[in-house]
Amino acid sequence: MTFRIGPRTSQIIAHIILLLMTIVTVIVLFFIIGYVFKNGFAQLSLEFLTDRTREMGKEGGILPSIIGTLFITVLAIIIATPLGVGSAVYLVEYTRGGLLRKIISFGADCLAGVPSIIFGLFGFIFFVIQLKLGWSILSGSLTLAVMIIPTIIRTSEEAIKAVPQSYREISYSLGGGKLDTILKVVLPTSLPGILTGVILGIGRAIGETAAVIFTAGSSLGMPTSVFSSTRTLAVHFYILAREGISMPKAYGTATVLIIIILFVNLVAYRLMHRFMAKYY
Amino acid sequence: MPKIVIDQLSLFYGQNQVLTDVNLAVHEKEILGVIGPANAGKSSLLRAINRLYEIDYARISGKIRLDGKDIFDIPINDLRRRVGLIFATPVVLPGTILKNMSYGLKLHRKIKKQELNDTVADALQAANLWEEVKDRLHESASTLSGGQQQRLCIARTLAMNPEVIMMDEPCSGLDPISTAKIEATMLELKKTYTFILVTNNTKQAARTADRTAFFLGGELIEVDKTEKIFTKPADARTDDYIRGRFG
Repeated sequence: MTFRIGPRTSQIIAHIILLLMTIVTVIVLFFIIGYVFKNGFAQLSLEFLTDRTREMGKEGGILPSIIGTLFITVLAIIIATPLGVGSAVYLVEYTRGGLLRKIISFGADCLAGVPSIIFGLFGFIFFVIQLKLGWSILSGSLTLAVMIIPTIIRTSEEAIKAVPQSYREISYSLGGGKLDTILKVVLPTSLPGILTGVILGIGRAIGETAAVIFTAGSSLGMPTSVFSSTRTLAVHFYILAREGISMPKAYGTATVLIIIILFVNLVAYRLMHRFMAKYY
Repeated sequence: MPKIVIDQLSLFYGQNQVLTDVNLAVHEKEILGVIGPANAGKSSLLRAINRLYEIDYARISGKIRLDGKDIFDIPINDLRRRVGLIFATPVVLPGTILKNMSYGLKLHRKIKKQELNDTVADALQAANLWEEVKDRLHESASTLSGGQQQRLCIARTLAMNPEVIMMDEPCSGLDPISTAKIEATMLELKKTYTFILVTNNTKQAARTADRTAFFLGGELIEVDKTEKIFTKPADARTDDYIRGRFG
């Protein structure tokens, strides 16, 4: 007699296994965030958030790093989004899915998997030294932009491809040109997907250390222009922890970084939903 | 002079020829029914007339004239405004009913708000949809039923003030009541517009078309008064098709 599991039993087993997997993932996630918050929350104070950094980070606050992080991330997104979305539009709407598109898509996939320290070295050699931009917010942003463009291209490409061909046909048959169709039908329809890519890009950029430590430097001064060197929150955390300057301040910094990331994501999703409610 | 004259039209998708040497005239203010089994080239014929085949990277040979003028000598946006196309499945663009109605209008020129509203109302009235949607112009178009969506598509085309309206199986997904409404709309609008009606429903052609063309395998088999096609067609294949012996 062979042993067989009935369909009902196998359903239950599958359900339990999948549930366990989800629980493990969620526990790990909450453990990390909870651990950081437990150690860092006590550090949060008005002074910590609004004061300059003193004694290499042992004393004072992290305002320069907060500003530097936001500055670098926003600039990187401003540089990367048009380039990434533009490339995606070109790939989907202006090439016939031929060899060129395959090569670029493959290249983008490979680039998305390249370790960020490689981008850091590239940024150091090219932006910092070759273009003489020095250790600066601009060099850091350009490097991060190069790093997140592949993500934005690929997610935008998928979103644009998912726009039903019939929408384009309607637009053309009402006398719309190619540009009308792209600007008024294709892009608005694919915007939620494109924004997902941009949000992923923000996430990668805001928490990045290796790519910015070589390009934006680690200066603790208050950034005054795009040519200032700055130390992002992630880099600040890394230096505080690695050099044993102050673990409490390190956890405080990490807490602030996580809160900023949560906040950025919440705002982005709110904007997206508001847009979709208005548009659909 | 006929509204549209098609002269030796062939259409190719790559190596695949889907229309072969079609010669056909469409008269002013008639409904020309186009019938035939699948792969007869009916939809391709419509897509050739408004040059929509170009976005599929197809190519054509032969001549098509609109009011005596080669369609390639008419600016493409103008051609597509003058020759509207209604698709088999109603496709509403994401957004409100009003947005759907004004999309085409805003493409062609700056239009004042009052004029826009008037044009939209007129077009919706002409498509027999106004009463049902006049209070919900700012609702999403996807909340409409299938039949209403198809009439919205017709209204959207009417708003462009076209001369010819081509319909590609406009009732294929609709119930008999919605179908009857659309047919009634068409018969009313015939006073003003020229229609080309591609349909898989031969009875629909019999009910509405003035003349009917029968296509088979990319060729025009015959075109004549609808009554004649359905009673004494010249070609045996036409007779077989309308009697349901194949296709």
